[in-house]
Amino acid sequence: MPEASTRPIVVVDDVHQSFGEVEVLKGVSFTVAKGGVVCIIGPSGSGKSTLLRCINGLVPIQRGSIRVASFDVHALRTDKEKIALRKEVSMVFQQYNLFPHKTALQNVMMAPIHVLREKPDEVRARAIALLTKVGLAAKQDAYPGELSGGQQQRVAIARSLAMRPEVMLFDEVTAALDPETVKEVLNTIRGLAQEGMTCILVTHEMRFAREIADEVHFTDGGRIVESAPPAELFDHPKVDRTRAFLSQVL
Amino acid sequence: MQFVWNWFRWLYGATGINLTVFYDPFDRARFASGFVMTVELSAVCILLSVVIGVLGAWIQGSRLRVARTVVYWYIQAFRNTPPLVQLYFFYFGLGSLLKGVGGSGPIVSNVTWAIVSLSFFAGAFNVEIFRSGIEAVPRTTIEAAESLGFSRLQTYLRIVFPLAFRISLPALNNNLVNLVKTTTLAYAIAVPEMLYVSSQVWSDELNVPEMMNVLLVCYFLLVGVLVYVMHRWERAIRVPGFGI
Repeated sequence: MPEASTRPIVVVDDVHQSFGEVEVLKGVSFTVAKGGVVCIIGPSGSGKSTLLRCINGLVPIQRGSIRVASFDVHALRTDKEKIALRKEVSMVFQQYNLFPHKTALQNVMMAPIHVLREKPDEVRARAIALLTKVGLAAKQDAYPGELSGGQQQRVAIARSLAMRPEVMLFDEVTAALDPETVKEVLNTIRGLAQEGMTCILVTHEMRFAREIADEVHFTDGGRIVESAPPAELFDHPKVDRTRAFLSQVL
Repeated sequence: MQFVWNWFRWLYGATGINLTVFYDPFDRARFASGFVMTVELSAVCILLSVVIGVLGAWIQGSRLRVARTVVYWYIQAFRNTPPLVQLYFFYFGLGSLLKGVGGSGPIVSNVTWAIVSLSFFAGAFNVEIFRSGIEAVPRTTIEAAESLGFSRLQTYLRIVFPLAFRISLPALNNNLVNLVKTTTLAYAIAVPEMLYVSSQVWSDELNVPEMMNVLLVCYFLLVGVLVYVMHRWERAIRVPGFGI
């Protein structure tokens, strides 16, 4: 592997985050190499989603540092600085969060036009290409309310990709989908990972995590309990808590 | 047209139903001017009250505590007092204070006071209507816009407001209908709107029951047109699969 691809693009170091009295993250550290795929698993309330939100600056942290590409996320103060970061880090949400008053195509086109200030004609061509890639070229004029959950989630992925991010964050993107449509979304993410997109996934899809991840972090109670390559973590967990969790979900 | 006017004259002779506002040119002219005044008053107040509503709701979401407090007390003041008392307060209270400044005549006319008073009255409700619309936009949708790099203003203008407006429309319609009907209060400070000119007509012609019916029908049609237009608009901007 070339050297550049092993240098971490995301460095999370000793991150503490609390909502008022409740400490959600109690010193989380991990790194992601460029082009790497990292999965974060763990019980609900363990701080997985909060961790993702910290990485793209939606949630401020109290202690520690987060570095993404050339940005010191923990030090970003102004909206302008945060916007610069978000051009590089895109997030896909559990509830899709498409803009309901815009068609699928408009959803994909909006951010590049208004945030990156690119020419609408070029954005349009790229947006159509992205919708084709996620298998929804025929639905470009449909409103989110006219699409199934799986289709909406794929539009949301295309919308994030349209920003040409360096890193993609996936926050339990299949949790709201029925088992059949989970597959179409996972296939889309698998394609991205194979193309070399850096991905951080919070997921409950253990089989998928095992297949796609370079490294899996098991979190509980605001800490990373165990980190290992998927084969090791799933087959030979070293920590009791990990074992207990996996025995419940596998 | 003359044929229609003559028919109303005939109707008076044949049945005693005296609709002078149709067959008498003088009454017709003053009733028409009253109708136009009501339409103008309504249109201007609707516009201003919506502007007040949007601005107020925007300020309520601001980070400036002082601005939020001002809007809060504005709403309390105008929602907890009767519109007629507000109108009197502006015209007789503030109006007489301003009278001494320039010389003889009032600086602000009764029509202007009516517009100011009614716009603030309806505006207070519009602030609440738009605010509830804004609050109904899911937090996660806003988060998605932020995570795509939209600025605060872009998020508000392109995502929050378009959605909040659609959510607000039915409640807004109600309030605007009320506003049109409330313009009749301007009668109390002698604004020559439809009710006021009608009272002049019935005083001169002694046709009170006829004029009452004319008034009811005219307001019914006027509000009907407003409701029709707003419903058409509601349908035109409706988004498939989005709540309302």
